[in-house]
Amino acid sequence: MGKLFEKFPDPLARLIVVFLALVAAGAFVFFVLIPKPVKDLKVQWDNAIRQESARPVKYAGFHACAECHDKLYETKKKGYHRDLSCETCHGAAKAHTEDPDTVKPVIPAERAFCPQCHAYNPSRPRGFPQINPVAHNPLKPCASCHNPHDPKPPTTPKECAACHGEIARTKAVSHHVQLECTTCHVTPQRHKVSPRAVKPTKPQDREFCGKCHGKDASAKLSANAPKIDLAEHGEKYVCWQCHYPHSPEVEQ
Amino acid sequence: MNPELLHTLKELLPQIQGYIYPNEIEIHWGLLIVVYPYITGIVAGAFILASLVKVFNVKEVQPLYRLSLLTALAYLLVAPVALVAHLGHPERFYEILLTPNTSSAMAMFGFVYAWYLMAVLLLEIWFVHRTDLIEWAEHETGAMRFIHRALALFSRDTGERAVAFDHKALKVITIVGIPSAFLLHGYVGFIFGSIKANPWWSSVLIPIVFLFSAIVSGVALVILLYMVITPLTGGKINMRCVDKAIDFLFYAVIVDFSLELVDFIHRVYQSEEEILILSEMVMSKLFASLLIIQVLLGMLLPLALISVTKIFKKRFHLSEDLRKMVYFISVILIQFGIFATRWNVVIGGQMFSKSFRGLTTYKVEFGGIEGLLFAILLLALPIVILAVLMKILPPWKEMREEGAAETVEVAGS
Amino acid sequence: MNGRRTFLRGFLSFLLTGGAIGGILRISPSKAHAKETPPKGQKWYGFGVSVDKCIGCARCMEACKTENNVPREPFFYRTWVERYITRKNGGTTVKAIEPNQEPAPEAASDKSILRSFFVPKLCNQCANPPCVQVCPVGATFRTDDGVVLVNEKTCIGCRYCIQACPYGARYLHPVTRTADKCTFCYHRISKGLLPACVEVCPTQTRIFGDLNAAASPMSRFLRMNKIHVLKPALNTEPKVYYASLDGEVR
Repeated sequence: MGKLFEKFPDPLARLIVVFLALVAAGAFVFFVLIPKPVKDLKVQWDNAIRQESARPVKYAGFHACAECHDKLYETKKKGYHRDLSCETCHGAAKAHTEDPDTVKPVIPAERAFCPQCHAYNPSRPRGFPQINPVAHNPLKPCASCHNPHDPKPPTTPKECAACHGEIARTKAVSHHVQLECTTCHVTPQRHKVSPRAVKPTKPQDREFCGKCHGKDASAKLSANAPKIDLAEHGEKYVCWQCHYPHSPEVEQ
Repeated sequence: MNPELLHTLKELLPQIQGYIYPNEIEIHWGLLIVVYPYITGIVAGAFILASLVKVFNVKEVQPLYRLSLLTALAYLLVAPVALVAHLGHPERFYEILLTPNTSSAMAMFGFVYAWYLMAVLLLEIWFVHRTDLIEWAEHETGAMRFIHRALALFSRDTGERAVAFDHKALKVITIVGIPSAFLLHGYVGFIFGSIKANPWWSSVLIPIVFLFSAIVSGVALVILLYMVITPLTGGKINMRCVDKAIDFLFYAVIVDFSLELVDFIHRVYQSEEEILILSEMVMSKLFASLLIIQVLLGMLLPLALISVTKIFKKRFHLSEDLRKMVYFISVILIQFGIFATRWNVVIGGQMFSKSFRGLTTYKVEFGGIEGLLFAILLLALPIVILAVLMKILPPWKEMREEGAAETVEVAGS
Repeated sequence: MNGRRTFLRGFLSFLLTGGAIGGILRISPSKAHAKETPPKGQKWYGFGVSVDKCIGCARCMEACKTENNVPREPFFYRTWVERYITRKNGGTTVKAIEPNQEPAPEAASDKSILRSFFVPKLCNQCANPPCVQVCPVGATFRTDDGVVLVNEKTCIGCRYCIQACPYGARYLHPVTRTADKCTFCYHRISKGLLPACVEVCPTQTRIFGDLNAAASPMSRFLRMNKIHVLKPALNTEPKVYYASLDGEVR
């Protein structure tokens, strides 16, 4: 110590002593007092992964239900709801698999449930089955007509609108409201029973629309329809590449 | 669960404009994080003012030298309090020292802070006061004598070799200290400026803007403290010193203002996808704090006041009292302006959605850790610490006698 | 004297530059790691979202809150679904839908709608995660299988990660007072189950799997679709891939 004070100026020597004392105290605390896991990130991360993996599962998963409810599972497998997990509608069921008698999953019977997916909403993809909950058999629970495990129309529908609701509602406020679907689509009766196997026709060419909209159209309904010259109008395109037939554009 | 928080958030829900991500409704960095860069800014600014004397040898501001060092220390001691208090788990603060993530700007806080406190500020204060401490202790008794002895590390060497070393050490420390002060506050700016997710923050200019606003706030505060404390402790304000310091402040405000203007022009001219929501925010939520308080009252008005006095000082022999009044008002305005600057950066950066589609609102609570009361307490705490420091290390003890004579002389000229 | 001075100078520059160099060293290897071919059998999880299939039923949001004990209040979400409506006048409005609420049906006659769709959002589990970069204590980290987790034992609740996330995927859990976010249901996937949201999605909008697997719904999804990620310019390299994503989505 004495040597230190001889070699360095007095203030520096004192600072060196203080500095060394601080370093020694710091090193003692860090290396001796603090246990290793507290300062080792690798250990902390391993523990965190273990803790995260050990969290309890609430949703049992797609196949768990089949072990007991094999009949419903088989029914559902062939219907339109085949890709749905049971838990999509019945809620988390891990607790039910562990204690089937006391813990029962929910059975959503109220009318408000199904419209969460099937109410009409313009943001939903086209073609997804949607109904208008206000107009569609008001107050009747959905399950009284549709089996949720094998959903399909309960009876052969009379109106096209029963399935093609979105198109029907679109057309209902368009200038084509007067036209029956069958004016443009030839629809075999069997389409109503197996809709995917037998399909209605669709117009194929410009001349079809021209029957009403051509400049010398003579069809009954075409009295008030806007007229164009088929030879000049629309260049090489067929009509429905610019005009959506169920809601044709109107010039403002 | 925190029912108060949920209650606040529920009240905010109808005030959202446009669309924000649902998790964005809570402003996570509140008043405490506004206070934090404001305080570190004062530290850096006060220290740079002190360096003026030592490095650039500006004799006039000598009376501010020790005061600014003590101010820097008082505020530096409070800075981490704001930071720790806002944590969700303040009791885990040690984690940042045990397992610092080297890629995190925030993790470097501990090191930058320790470096600045230990290696720069304390050392400089110690070397400045060492011989005085020894001398004071000679004429004292009791507790004060012991405190001064202990602070001098029981050194009694006032010999030539020791004093020469003091001077040399001071020079080195100040030279290291300036980049360190820049580092301290530049790093605070970097914490915000490096967040690429947030276009209001993400800018290379942010650390530099932070630095200059730091210098502005620190210098202004030391001038303010000097003008308040001197009469209170029975001294006379040295106007030559204040004039010079105000000069320095004036140029710092101009640089700060130009930098922010450059940043603003750059953003408006580049006009990237976030410009719509940012301008909407500036014109609505930040209108009062950014355009009125920060720019108009905090920069342009003080600039105008000071330049008017500068221009007419000689011509019309503006009286000292009038100048004092103008300076006093200016430095107070600047303090509010800089606090608003911090507010606009910290709160402004969280009020718009990262979807650039909407704005949320920040409501300052009164009580609680994130509340107004605690923030005011935090802002008052350094003043208390400074009072204690000044009791132990009186900054003007022997300057008073000479200083009084000098002031009279200056006033007469 | 000279030796002491050199040492001092070296020590000082070490102190000053240590942090910066440390930061750079940390960046380079983690970047390289993201592109490296993984060891055999190493999982590298990813997530697919078919925007065209989402019907906005909110079953996923519901399941997520149940599975992960996320507070029920509408300020905390690990996943949520946004509804976009672009009008003919060019304006786009966005809303996060609320679970258990029938989406208000606009009249089919609302001719002002140009196009409209739902977009599910969740943590992107970035390969280059800004949240991990900024966490001061290393409490949030990326596992070897590519999932970004939060260690709630060491998180100090500074919320820097919440600020750094460009996607708003993180929130401060009001009970634990630590950062929280989607983990791809790490406790489920480590048992071979699907994440809860994928499990309950009725339309297969959400797809989950190992990106390294040769044949899986996930790899088929990536093969068959045009893929986009959110905010690619930020170089976060998200691992939530979107098919048919609209340019309005941010």
